[in-house]
Amino acid sequence: MIVSLPERKGPLTDLHVVEFGGYGAGPAVGKCLAEHGAEVIRVESMLHLDGFRTNYPPYAGNVPGIERAAMFAITNDSKLGVSLNLKTEKGRDLARRLMERADVVVENFTPGVMDKLGLGHEVMMGLNPKLVTLSTSNQGRTGPQANRAGFGSHLTSLSGFTELTGWPDRQPALLWGPYIDYIAVAYGVVAVLAALEQVRRTEVGCHVDLSQYETGVQCMAPALVRYFANGEVMGRKGNRDPNAVPHGVFPCAGEQRWCAISVHDDAEWNRFVLEVGEPWVKEPEFSTVAGRRDNEDQLEALIAGWTSNKPREDVVERMRKAGVHAAPVNDMGDVYSDPQLVYRNAFQRVDHPHMGEHAVPGPSYILSETPGRVVSAAPTVGQHNEAVLCGILGLSKVEFEELQLSEVLK
Amino acid sequence: MSSSKQSLAPLGGFKALDLTGELGWLLGRILADVGVQVTKIDPPGGDLGRNMAPILEGPAGSISASWVAYNMGKSRLDLNLSTEEGRQSFLELASTADFVLESEDPGVLDGLGIGWEVLSERNPSLILTSVTPYGQAGPLAGVPASDLEIMSAGGAVWLTGDADRPPVRVTLPQSVCWAGSYAAVGTMIAHYHRQLTGKGQHVDMSAQASILRTLVHAPSFYDLLRENPIRAGGYLIGRNINGAAMRNIWPCLDGYVTWAIYGGAAGRQSNRGMVEWMDENGMAPEFLKNIDWSTFDVVTVTLAELSEMEAAIAVFLETVTKAEFLKQAQVRRMLGYVVSTAADIVADEQLEARQVWSEEFVPELGQTLRFPDGWLKIDDTRFGVASPVSGGDR
Repeated sequence: MIVSLPERKGPLTDLHVVEFGGYGAGPAVGKCLAEHGAEVIRVESMLHLDGFRTNYPPYAGNVPGIERAAMFAITNDSKLGVSLNLKTEKGRDLARRLMERADVVVENFTPGVMDKLGLGHEVMMGLNPKLVTLSTSNQGRTGPQANRAGFGSHLTSLSGFTELTGWPDRQPALLWGPYIDYIAVAYGVVAVLAALEQVRRTEVGCHVDLSQYETGVQCMAPALVRYFANGEVMGRKGNRDPNAVPHGVFPCAGEQRWCAISVHDDAEWNRFVLEVGEPWVKEPEFSTVAGRRDNEDQLEALIAGWTSNKPREDVVERMRKAGVHAAPVNDMGDVYSDPQLVYRNAFQRVDHPHMGEHAVPGPSYILSETPGRVVSAAPTVGQHNEAVLCGILGLSKVEFEELQLSEVLK
Repeated sequence: MSSSKQSLAPLGGFKALDLTGELGWLLGRILADVGVQVTKIDPPGGDLGRNMAPILEGPAGSISASWVAYNMGKSRLDLNLSTEEGRQSFLELASTADFVLESEDPGVLDGLGIGWEVLSERNPSLILTSVTPYGQAGPLAGVPASDLEIMSAGGAVWLTGDADRPPVRVTLPQSVCWAGSYAAVGTMIAHYHRQLTGKGQHVDMSAQASILRTLVHAPSFYDLLRENPIRAGGYLIGRNINGAAMRNIWPCLDGYVTWAIYGGAAGRQSNRGMVEWMDENGMAPEFLKNIDWSTFDVVTVTLAELSEMEAAIAVFLETVTKAEFLKQAQVRRMLGYVVSTAADIVADEQLEARQVWSEEFVPELGQTLRFPDGWLKIDDTRFGVASPVSGGDR
């Protein structure tokens, strides 16, 4: 019996997407589309497994395994999984048949790999003249660094984020994980949907060449225009900010409990003073922005002294009630219980055949008429082979069984 | 703005009214990037964000760097929405607009009589996108938050900084980019739906929720193992089942480079390339040369083994420049880059070759300003909101 496919609902249900590649920048584009109803077929191969299955803990139960990796599970939810060995002619043929009926192909192999497989953009256009193809790569498909492979955590540094993270008297601090990948994902989804609009108008397919580096540079734009205008090179400043003082992260009672507090003008400072009520906060040197700025080290130490014996929730609650900017520094457990994130259903739970029940982050935007949702757990390798090859491409049971015995579905 | 180019862009001919402050500027900018004609509506006297530091100084005056960067390509209109006349003008514009973008506290537009119900009744195909710190409803809706609070409540601050000091945010505010770019995703999904059905909708963007993307798999450690990954300075954690941290930031002769001991086929080649380069310079210790990279497993290596390897590599990298590292990394297929400053980025040959920079006259400054423009390259056309700096692949 053919495994039944999950029911698709949402604004993108008429959209058919096929994905090639791995890690974050490509597959997370498909995730965004799948969570709003698109049919996203993730093509994998046992012979060339996604690094998110093999190289990234955590694994369910702390036991490494390609079907136990959270990184793959949270990046490929809501999709169908097909295993095709693209080194075989039959495997490539099946990939081409998927491309023929697709609206979008997303790929993030190193530039040139799809061409070498005989599945490059021109081939795809020949098969399907209305197809949108998205190639997302470190630095784009043209230029002197075009074929450069790399990981997101490094590209985050090339794009300037790392230099601006940490303390001025210390080495730069890393941002977690492949930070920049997920910036490129947002731009990638926008690019795909914009290209589909172009196809609607022109009835001609097109190729989007997305450079993850260039999308990161968009987020550095204020620092870059500053350099162009005044030759100033921004540096990292801990938690200091030119528009607010105090502006910092302060310790609260307990182990590694922190809160953020920022004060943006004198009126807000006066509310802060009233709420804290201690003699030190009323000292005249703190009564003006310039005074607080000149004595910021001392001010931060005094605030830290005040917060450090109080529960984080109490400090944040008091500040918010007083009309002062404040928030808990949520840790990786807190993000599951934060009342606002819970209210928005920011993490949704799925049941995975090997991992059991686990959390998947869903969309951060809620569409009033057609909200997205995490539809299903990420596919196991080849989980939907029969459903897709027989149910969608129309292979006979006999043909499918022959393929299963061959190298094609490895 | 080169209007002819924009009219050929994928969303050429669509119109947006942009009421946003800082948190929503990038959303309108991204819509402009894909061709939408965006009109930024400011109160008389202009957007307060024009005064936000860091400030650019020009011969004719000064203006906020962020304001310039994220409002390029938009046309401007001053409307006083606190007057009946201003509101009527706005409603008339909104009745033929395709998108309205805003970032007021929840309920403010309703209070002015220009909220979702009024707008959608007058223009059922309109998409209204609201970008706020926490979203339109829920226990924290309407609670004020700036970049620091959004990044903290979203979990990003927890993961960043040196172990012996408080956790930190990125010095250049980034919540505006996460909220703005993912709001553009939600808006484009709503647009796709409108093109099929004729029906608009209200897109409710939470900046806090958008920050969860930056955490990637860190929350999964808690979900699956009840572990709580924490800031580790320039070290990469979460790649190893023994909890070993991998050094990712290395001082070099003229700054910092980024490279790490990795797994997988590409990682093995990268590790091998580094040791070969060290060896050619007589700086590879025997134990490092003897490692069999074909069986090396980054997921299970111990902290002690890693530390010994990294100590030797650190000594070597202190003898090379950023430019030398970039060159050797490409030749030897090592996975790594430099830690760029703004000066490095504007001098980068790849960005130059790909025509990332545009120029636009900024009246507030009285000078032409260069800025990063087109990121959207479709077939052989690079779209953007201004004229490219020089000829090239556009």
